[in-house]
Amino acid sequence: MNKVIQMLLVLTSIGIISGGLLAVISEWADPLIAANQKAATEAAIFRVQPEGKSYKQIENVGFELYKVINEKNEDAGFALVYDGNGFSGKIRLIAGLSEDLSNISAIEILDQIETPGLGTKITEEPFTSQFLKLETNPKIEWIKGAEPTKPNEIQTITGATISSKAVVAILNDGISRLKKLRDSGGLK
Amino acid sequence: MKKQVSLKREFLKGVWDNNPVLKQLLGLCPVLAVTVSAINGLAMGLAATFVLFMASLLISTIRKTIPPQVRIASFIVIIATFVTIVDLVMKAKFPDLSKALGPFIPLIVVNCMILGRQEAFASKNSPGRAILDALGMGAGFTIALIILGGIREIIGSRTFFGFQVMPNQFEPWLIMILPAGAFLTLGLILGAVNIYTDRKKRLEHESIIAHYKRVGREELIEELEVK
Repeated sequence: MNKVIQMLLVLTSIGIISGGLLAVISEWADPLIAANQKAATEAAIFRVQPEGKSYKQIENVGFELYKVINEKNEDAGFALVYDGNGFSGKIRLIAGLSEDLSNISAIEILDQIETPGLGTKITEEPFTSQFLKLETNPKIEWIKGAEPTKPNEIQTITGATISSKAVVAILNDGISRLKKLRDSGGLK
Repeated sequence: MKKQVSLKREFLKGVWDNNPVLKQLLGLCPVLAVTVSAINGLAMGLAATFVLFMASLLISTIRKTIPPQVRIASFIVIIATFVTIVDLVMKAKFPDLSKALGPFIPLIVVNCMILGRQEAFASKNSPGRAILDALGMGAGFTIALIILGGIREIIGSRTFFGFQVMPNQFEPWLIMILPAGAFLTLGLILGAVNIYTDRKKRLEHESIIAHYKRVGREELIEELEVK
């Protein structure tokens, strides 16, 4: 009987002490973690919208969307965070869009778990720079193994066609949802 | 009476003789998964060392209070607490590193090297010896991870700790930063370590035999007894 009580006591006290310690640490770490995430998003927004000076989140649209405002306090466009399936998992990206949604200012891949050395090239130049000033009407297209000829076309990466196509598909999905939202008056 | 090992040996055995990665082959899941670069190896090694150190210190201090029936459960709760602390601190202070090591920090909880040291060593020895053992094992683990990560990074992405060391003409071997590269590199390292150990052992035997031939049987036995 004594053994059982000792076992219960020891395990319970270890649990209580651990829990208390973790509560204290988590109390300290949570605001820092939230600040880090906010800083990361903020930096990404201003990288895809270089003219932006401030931003505000548009709430209740079902996805992450920010309105970016420039130095002269005019609307500079939008920053859209959207995700979708890549080659081996989710790809999450942020795209800067002009005020009328007709072209992209820049994109950046936020999270991906594509094949190292092949699929991960979607996060690097020269792939990402193809999206600078890319037209989005009627939708973004891709071409394999040749220079893009149309203003709404990008070239896929050799050896990472699926990842490249996934980026285009995610952008098209997100932008078409955004356009729908605008047409129904949800953007004002 | 248990034979006491010198404190220096207590530390050094983890670095080479009982190296957790190269000799005991423990904790290989994070070893293989995170070592795409030397810096990842270093960070993972340090995180595991910290957890091992804290857990060993605490567990060897309270080793007489923990009833043997619930020792494994207690070890796991204690290890999990320290791992969560490391995870939270990394997320708060080093977000980039935490992103790179991703899901592998929480997995230190089930790293068999750490639980193994608690069961095999910390729960049977004094805190002083337990922290030496933990530091030695942690150092051995970290060194092995840096070697593995360094080789994979140099061949797989031309850099070492982020600095380019291979010329641009060298085409990186993608396979080295894919999971297969981890197995290939670890296999080759283990092979090299075994060759070295075998040769050393053989040389030792040969020198004993040569010594025996020189001095004769009685004298050798005497010498061994003195030792």
